[in-house]
Amino acid sequence: MHAFANPARFLGIARPLTPWLGWGGAALIVGALVPGLTVTPPDAVQGESARIMYVHVPAAWLGMAGWGGILVASLVQLIWRHPLAGVAARAIAVPGAAFTAICLVTGSLWGRPTWGTWWEWDGRMTSMLVLLFLYFGYIALAAASDERASTSRVAAIFGVLGAINLPIIHYSVTWWNSLHQPQSIGLTSSSIDAALLWPLLVATAGFSLLFGAIVLMRMRAMIADIRVEARLRRMAEA
Amino acid sequence: MKPKNQRLVLALLALVAIIGAGFLALAGLRDNAALFRTPAELAANPVEPGRDIRLGGMVAANSIREASDGVTIDFIVEEGEARVPVRFTGIAPDLFRESSGVVAEGAFDRRGTFIAHTILAKHDENYMPPQMADMETRDERLQRTLER
Repeated sequence: MHAFANPARFLGIARPLTPWLGWGGAALIVGALVPGLTVTPPDAVQGESARIMYVHVPAAWLGMAGWGGILVASLVQLIWRHPLAGVAARAIAVPGAAFTAICLVTGSLWGRPTWGTWWEWDGRMTSMLVLLFLYFGYIALAAASDERASTSRVAAIFGVLGAINLPIIHYSVTWWNSLHQPQSIGLTSSSIDAALLWPLLVATAGFSLLFGAIVLMRMRAMIADIRVEARLRRMAEA
Repeated sequence: MKPKNQRLVLALLALVAIIGAGFLALAGLRDNAALFRTPAELAANPVEPGRDIRLGGMVAANSIREASDGVTIDFIVEEGEARVPVRFTGIAPDLFRESSGVVAEGAFDRRGTFIAHTILAKHDENYMPPQMADMETRDERLQRTLER
């Protein structure tokens, strides 16, 4: 793992990987959303509004997977003191928050015609809103720290603590009766018909690749920032 | 023990403690975090008339009756054997239909009818194209609902 501790080595891989992830993700998103919004059949009960899931579900997945990434990166930072782990966690936070916000907005837009309400304080919605606020807290903590290079220990601990919300989000529809429907897609089965499922899976893969590209771009920008600062400091001392 | 392994053990202990704390908090929240009460829960723990609650369950088959004023509907929310009669005046969401989930906000009157001021439709986890839904008989749908 420490092979990538050397930023030059990391950049050597991240730089060529970024366009592949970005353009690959964009191609998959277009390939899923264009047929998903025009060709595939609507849902029998909800009608056309069900198509919003092609954005809503990937956004929900990335909002949660993003914090999962922050958890792993924070643990790696705390235990192995990997110099890039804190950078990775900080790079994930902003796109993670953005996708969580997209998930909440699209869910609200879908909820009005389906449930008859924009917002209800049900377990799933409340825990997802808490996730957004956790992201805001993480971003503020990381920005407030003096140790720019590897982010603060406090932010990493907050990243680990905040992960307790992930199982709560996941099980909120199982443990408590809620307005949000239970899980549609399991590991081996799906209660979404194949005709509606494939654009969902392709869009999820596409948004995930795009997320990866954004994270790599942000990591490269942060590393460049650190280098500029180090050089300026050396010049000031000389 | 090397400092690295020491940190690993500490982090693992912290993770266990966090997860344990989370589950304890959830166990405490269990009843309060529920969005609504089901007819069976209300049968076991009745609520006094006039107190605002949310009632959730399935709209019983063939139970929706429209009153002559055109905006008031009567229907029955059921969960297994337990049934609660509900009256609602207003515009129900499109997905409000029989043999489908519903959440009603309101209070019981003195005669045990739930007077709802807001109705939310619940959607289930099944997504399918319209042609397939036509092929599926209502009994099959009911069967699936019961299995859940």
